[in-house]
Amino acid sequence: MNTALHLLVTLAVCLLAVGPLAGARWVWRSPHTGILLWQLLALTVVLCVGGVAYLVAPWLGGAVAATLLAVFGHHWLATLRTRRQHRRILSLVARADDAVPGVLVLDHPLTVAYCLPGLRSHVVLSSGALAALSRDELAAVLAHEQTHARERHDLVLLPFLALRPLCRSVADAVALLVEMRADESACPRSLSMALRRFTAVTPPGTLGMADAADAAVHARLSRLSAAAAPLPWWLRWSAVVAGLTLVSTPLSFLVW
Amino acid sequence: MVSSLGELERAVMEVLWDRGAPAVVRDVADALAGRELAYTTVMTVLDRLAKKGFVRRQRDGRAWRYEPTNTRAGYVAQLMLDALALTGDRDAALTRFARSVSTPEAEVLSQALAEARPEDDEQP
Repeated sequence: MNTALHLLVTLAVCLLAVGPLAGARWVWRSPHTGILLWQLLALTVVLCVGGVAYLVAPWLGGAVAATLLAVFGHHWLATLRTRRQHRRILSLVARADDAVPGVLVLDHPLTVAYCLPGLRSHVVLSSGALAALSRDELAAVLAHEQTHARERHDLVLLPFLALRPLCRSVADAVALLVEMRADESACPRSLSMALRRFTAVTPPGTLGMADAADAAVHARLSRLSAAAAPLPWWLRWSAVVAGLTLVSTPLSFLVW
Repeated sequence: MVSSLGELERAVMEVLWDRGAPAVVRDVADALAGRELAYTTVMTVLDRLAKKGFVRRQRDGRAWRYEPTNTRAGYVAQLMLDALALTGDRDAALTRFARSVSTPEAEVLSQALAEARPEDDEQP
């Protein structure tokens, strides 16, 4: 019973931290630390829930673990399938362009840039984007996308997106931090100009999907213009240590 | 000239798109005459494309006739919809620079997609 209480208290602490962390702006200054903190928090929650379920009845713990694995597996397979189809079509209709070596170009007037992640990631630009961006802006966009590809941000996001129906705000917060992390690799000035060009196609106040996406773009723009210094090392370390302390509670019981 | 399979598939698709009418293997091989491809190579490539769902084939006497299942513009529209995150739950598949598109543009894209593949229900 004592163990269950420990786990429940840890779980409560984590759940109480979710709201403030999802709304926190200080993590924008060091997105890497923010992402790590979310990962530790999510791991703690999963371990606590699984642990409590196991204590209630061993089979229940097993069921929780199996459900989680099934959800992640399903999401991962669906993602791989979409990517495979996308990659196949790309190989038929995209072209190389001398202006941007190593990048695939799609002939379409809309302004679009993205990364198709995988063992061999592809960065893709629309010809509309190629025409709209200056040389510096293009370099910034490519640096951003190549960071996504290099650091495999899709894998970072995967578990959060798989559980997005449970907690939308967390998935969105992590997705935003991942974008900010990729933004760090580019020249801030060119990057914010490029971002404006991408959003210029969107009249303000359009409904639906664009709303959440627009909020994210505005957050990135305000972060770039504020140009705040990264968090001092001791603050970053304290955040990570706090996260590790949380994880260690359920872990210690698991090991025992 | 040595060509990778991917490049060949692309060349074959371009021939089919340019023709605008169902073609037999010989037609495609003739159109690609500059590449000096064996007839069987072209057949293999068409077969692969059919397996992937990019072309469909119909019996015509003793030969198969091949035609693209979708136009080039239709495929581009499909990729753009993916890229603009307008396809719903496929969010993890790509990472975008900035996801933003106005509703009219999205509608134009969806329309292009619908027009490009009439009566094609088996596409996932």
